[in-house]
Amino acid sequence: MTWDWKIGGVLLGAVFFAAVLLVKPIGVSTQFVILDGIVADLVAPDFISQGNDGYTSTNAYMAKSGGAYARNAANPLNYSFVFVLAMAGGAFLSALLKGGIGRDERRLPAVWTSNFGDTPWKRYAVAFLGGFVVLYGARLAGGCTSGHMMSGMMQTSLSGYIFAAGAFLTAIPTALLMYREG
Amino acid sequence: MSLGLAIVIGAAFGFVLDRVGATNPNVIVGMLSLRRLALMKTILLAIGTGSILMFGGQMLGLVEVGHMSVKAAYAGVFIGGLMLGLGWAAAGYCPGTGVAAAATGRRDALFFIAGGLLGAAAYMATYPTWKASGLLDSVAGGKVTLGQVPGAAYEGILPVAGDLLGIALGLVFVVIAFVLPSQVVSGGTHALPAE
Repeated sequence: MTWDWKIGGVLLGAVFFAAVLLVKPIGVSTQFVILDGIVADLVAPDFISQGNDGYTSTNAYMAKSGGAYARNAANPLNYSFVFVLAMAGGAFLSALLKGGIGRDERRLPAVWTSNFGDTPWKRYAVAFLGGFVVLYGARLAGGCTSGHMMSGMMQTSLSGYIFAAGAFLTAIPTALLMYREG
Repeated sequence: MSLGLAIVIGAAFGFVLDRVGATNPNVIVGMLSLRRLALMKTILLAIGTGSILMFGGQMLGLVEVGHMSVKAAYAGVFIGGLMLGLGWAAAGYCPGTGVAAAATGRRDALFFIAGGLLGAAAYMATYPTWKASGLLDSVAGGKVTLGQVPGAAYEGILPVAGDLLGIALGLVFVVIAFVLPSQVVSGGTHALPAE
């Protein structure tokens, strides 16, 4: 089911290499901003606007770098957004081919149950808050585990090392304190 | 850019993420609590493999140096990393694996994505404050690599050939992947009986 780390590591590295060979390094967290931009523009149609010199937005973050995020949110069928949708498709296919992950895991991961019992709503609240902190942090950092840590360190970029140091500095104590079992 | 490539590379990425266990919070917590380091070995080997292939390919003229995309270094990278680490451990998901996990049917991952969309929106709203604070200003040259990569648009910190350094560091990552024990903190696996 789960690949041996030697096979998995080489194949995961090959995917990161294929991305930079054919297009550009892999990154995911920006697309949360793009989806927010798409939704915001549906609710308030003047959120993104197109002028003579490209796209802009009433939000300073969407408008930065010459409106690059605004342009992608106005045109969701772009490489980076489709990449993330396809990533979900690939993970779905993998789960399907191994016969699914089971009803219990779909509802609640085992590591949660062994530490906190059968408390799904507590788990969903932690996952929601965790998602909030992860994406806020990723946007502040300008990338996430894919873009900064994997793609960045692979390219020997200084920022990738800084990001990884910060992430593991909090992740390891948090995991040790929060999950005593499992 | 080609949407066909987005579909093929994206699908391959999601498939592999699931097969190495990265979409599974049990595996992520096992790694971050240092109880089961197989995924850490996978990640280190992947970074090393990718680095050696990319820089080796550049030296052979097979890989376009211009495809590199190096992000800027600034204080916020570290602060954001600290925040991401906290949520990564608590939730067991990072942005990519959260989306992939939701696709495998994990219900908590949907809550992670919802929280993530709100967190990203909160950053969009507070971005001017961060910008004004100076914490987004480049440090150490901003978009820099450790060595000077021939033909790259980025400065190198050290006066060494960046492609050779990249291959050397890639090999270091591979070696660490092999020598890292599969377990540092004992006990705790679900396969073992409870204490």
